[in-house]
Amino acid sequence: MDWAALRISLWLGAGTMAILLPLGVWFGRLLAVRDFRGKLLVEALVTVPLVLPPTVLGFYLLVTFGVRSPIGQAFQALVGHPLPFSFQGLLLASAIANIPFVVQPIQRGFEAIPSDVRDAAACCGLTPWQQFLRIELPLAWPGLLTASILTFTHTLGEFGVVLMVGGNLPGQTRTLSVAIYDRMQAFDDRSAGVMAATLLAISVATLMTTTALSRRVSPSRG
Amino acid sequence: MSVRLVADRPLLVTLRQDGPIPLDVEFTCHSGEVLAIFGPSGSGKTTILRSVAGLYQPSHASIRSGADTWTDTSRGTFVPPYRRAVGLVFQEYALFPHLTAVLNVMTALGHRPRVERRHKAEALLNLVHLGGHLSRKPNELSGGERQRVALARALAREPAVLLLDEPFAAVDRSVRRRLQNEIDSLRRSLDMPLILVTHDFEDVVRLATHVLMLERGRAVACGPISTLMSRPDLSWLREAVGLGSVFDATVTRLHADRGLVELAFDGGTLFAPARHVAASAAVRVRIPAREIVLATSAPTGLSLHNVLPGVVTAVHADTAFEAVVVQLTVGGVVLLAEVTRDAVGRLGIDVGQRLHALIKSVSIELLASDANNTEENR
Repeated sequence: MDWAALRISLWLGAGTMAILLPLGVWFGRLLAVRDFRGKLLVEALVTVPLVLPPTVLGFYLLVTFGVRSPIGQAFQALVGHPLPFSFQGLLLASAIANIPFVVQPIQRGFEAIPSDVRDAAACCGLTPWQQFLRIELPLAWPGLLTASILTFTHTLGEFGVVLMVGGNLPGQTRTLSVAIYDRMQAFDDRSAGVMAATLLAISVATLMTTTALSRRVSPSRG
Repeated sequence: MSVRLVADRPLLVTLRQDGPIPLDVEFTCHSGEVLAIFGPSGSGKTTILRSVAGLYQPSHASIRSGADTWTDTSRGTFVPPYRRAVGLVFQEYALFPHLTAVLNVMTALGHRPRVERRHKAEALLNLVHLGGHLSRKPNELSGGERQRVALARALAREPAVLLLDEPFAAVDRSVRRRLQNEIDSLRRSLDMPLILVTHDFEDVVRLATHVLMLERGRAVACGPISTLMSRPDLSWLREAVGLGSVFDATVTRLHADRGLVELAFDGGTLFAPARHVAASAAVRVRIPAREIVLATSAPTGLSLHNVLPGVVTAVHADTAFEAVVVQLTVGGVVLLAEVTRDAVGRLGIDVGQRLHALIKSVSIELLASDANNTEENR
């Protein structure tokens, strides 16, 4: 059992969630309540990471983060080491790969709130912030929960993007799913089996928690 | 004119735009008045309400409540909805589904000190007879109960104007009648302008003191209900629901043995079939124009109860209709009678002529507007 890999996987999942949730709430709500030119294109772009093969996405991210790109150069100048094959690079890549898993459920969550209910909140004298915190967020909560869980579990299982952008550096970028592949290559079936079972257990536990939670918070259930 | 105990805070509204929803209306609604905005679906009724609430901004608009200017497009003034003292009851009620009835109402009490809010919310829910359902969520309430929560929530804002958007559209008939009566009694105790949007003429006759008739965003007619309903030339109304004068009367006597009630109005006495009305109750009377027969002299030997002498004040012939509308003034009340062109010719009906209006008592529509008469049915 590669404990360092498990730790990195969990940190990557939690970190991706932490980065994406606030952005997802802002952007998902924007897509849900506003109409603007080019909305269709924006929605398509948001979905792209979902349909692109992870290796293709990883390739483009690697090129974008590389030392020859402005982003890569800026990062190296600021932090002192290149972005690819570092945990930071991995985190950024994971965040980008997970955009559709966060934005879409949150967008659906906000879309499910009738516009009359939003208007009623304004007519009750709630400021836009109060409307958001006291009416919209509690009602869109199931969407936020789905987004968090999807992102977390999807990050745990991500392989292609992780391998392309992060490589396989033990203790730095080697996640559990990469470690499983690594152990299989070394004919260490026992370790691979233990780690695979661990991932499976985490995923099942997460999904069960979600279901239980969403039953409790779902407004229609009272 | 009624005596006002509290300072009037009238709502003055002017809305104009060519599209996407055409609008061309101008009206004033004083405290204690109920202005019904009446028109077919898609005529822009809800848009007017939303403009008043600040949820919609037409290209040219001026909306003032007393001394406050809420919208003035010529000066770029626009007060956002959450800073307007507006109570709006949405057509589908738009309750907050995740909050209980009392919390729904408390949401609109943000202007009150925190410690007062629950008490005030409970008082309002008691006022709308929902004191027993404080901790129920909207999905545990019936349609009529939801409407009451929505009403309590709108009142909680302590608004300067109360707006009702098709308030009875989503409840069945029996509940509808009871809610109408409740709103009617409630508005008598509220000293604020009340605007009611409806496509149901019965709502208008039961609740309105003033009417604005809307067609494709344009005000076709606007004024006090009795004045408007005695106009012979509103072919639009004639086509939609039929003409008929509306006026207020008082029950003077109950003739239970004869199955009749005696009504005093500003022009004489009327007999109507006995309903569940109390003596000395205030009632609203509507007499459909088609139900009035005109005679040059008072006939005898008829089964009729009501023979009212009056003077012809207008004769309106509309080419779109076969019948002619005769306006007859009886005391302080104006009646409309729809008769054939042939009858007008035979009787030589003309302005200034003295005629008798013959009305079957069963044709008289009685709409009790008395607060303690909530059990009325038919």
